[in-house]
Amino acid sequence: MSAYMRRAWIVVWKDMLSERRSKESLNALVFFSILLLFVFQFALGPERARVETALPGLLWLGFILAGLLAFGRTFLVERENDCWEGLVLSPGDKSAIYLGKLAGNVLLMAVVEAVLLLLFTVFFGLDFTGVLPALCLVLALGTLGLAAVGTLFGAITAQLRARELLFPVLLLPAVVPILLGSVSATQSVILGQPLAVAAAWLKLLAAADLVYLVVGVLTFEFVLEG
Amino acid sequence: MAVRALGWLAALALAAGVATAFGYAPREAVQGNVQRIMYLHVPAVLTAYLAFGLVFLGSVGYLLTRRPGWDRLALAAAEPGVIFTGITIASGSIWGKPTWGTWWTWDARLTSTAVLFLVYVGYLLLRGMIDEPDRRARVAAVVGILGTANIPIVHFSVKWWRALHQPATILGPEPSPIAAPIAVTLLVNWLAFTLLLLYLVAKRTEIARLEDLHAG
Repeated sequence: MSAYMRRAWIVVWKDMLSERRSKESLNALVFFSILLLFVFQFALGPERARVETALPGLLWLGFILAGLLAFGRTFLVERENDCWEGLVLSPGDKSAIYLGKLAGNVLLMAVVEAVLLLLFTVFFGLDFTGVLPALCLVLALGTLGLAAVGTLFGAITAQLRARELLFPVLLLPAVVPILLGSVSATQSVILGQPLAVAAAWLKLLAAADLVYLVVGVLTFEFVLEG
Repeated sequence: MAVRALGWLAALALAAGVATAFGYAPREAVQGNVQRIMYLHVPAVLTAYLAFGLVFLGSVGYLLTRRPGWDRLALAAAEPGVIFTGITIASGSIWGKPTWGTWWTWDARLTSTAVLFLVYVGYLLLRGMIDEPDRRARVAAVVGILGTANIPIVHFSVKWWRALHQPATILGPEPSPIAAPIAVTLLVNWLAFTLLLLYLVAKRTEIARLEDLHAG
């Protein structure tokens, strides 16, 4: 088991190292988040009340759009220099690679989400400090579900010609439960309601995360074969 | 030969279904003749679920055994599954206009059926984009398994989404308990649709086998 975790960690470490040196994904994603903020503002008009009503939906729309870009790229780097073959030839259970890539995606999304929340706080004059722990729980559960499906489908579409088109077409209907659950739970949390109000949604998110993780872990080796 | 016999059986059953739906089943007191759409709508959705169950079976079977026959089953079931889901949504929409006064509403069952439709359209799009049979079968099986595992999650999430926001449902009260002639007509049509699905799956599996033979 420890060798398994170590293999997963090596994948995370490798991706973080290459991201730290190239700054390929993170810079663009953060800039993309800023652009999203402008798009939302222009789409909704200058009234603040309107933004506040739509806030949970806007937040998750932002996360999903950023996720579409981030997750779709997960395995693209592995296509260069025959890295894909290296992954296929690596010893042991291949699902460790899946978990490593998944952890990397969750970390990346955590940064993007923190930046988006900060931007919302600054630009729309909102205050999340009181509800931050509860909000983090919702964000963690939602992001894990998105990333679990996104990482698996990212591996599937990495080898396709029309991957930019097919990836969202596959991912969006599959993560409908995550979107519904996260938006509803975020709504309840932002209104300052106790966590018990959103308990049903949190349980649904946790169940969905579990199902997606199990399917991902069990089927990843078939996807990796190329 | 067996497939041809199944086809004729399905045709006969469909004819019997149409005959009972229009000749035997009574005119519904409140909704009038519009209610007869139910004899298309309900069997279509039940058959679609059966088809997606077969996709799951074929997908799991392929990943476990790597026999192309399982993959052909998954493909052969996914195509009519999407068609039957489409029929469900279209017929429901046609029924909804005179009954609810709207073509579409974000009701729980409508929404989850539409999501199901999109998931499997994506599945078929994915299949269409991969040329190598082995890779196509593997990757499609993974999406097929996730799609089916997702059905209950989608179902509950959409149900709660509606329940939490709008407790009063706009669904008209269904005639319950269902009168015997209506139940019999439903049963005949459900049987007919199931036979039709089995025929389509058998035929499509055969065509896929010939295609593979020709290609490889």
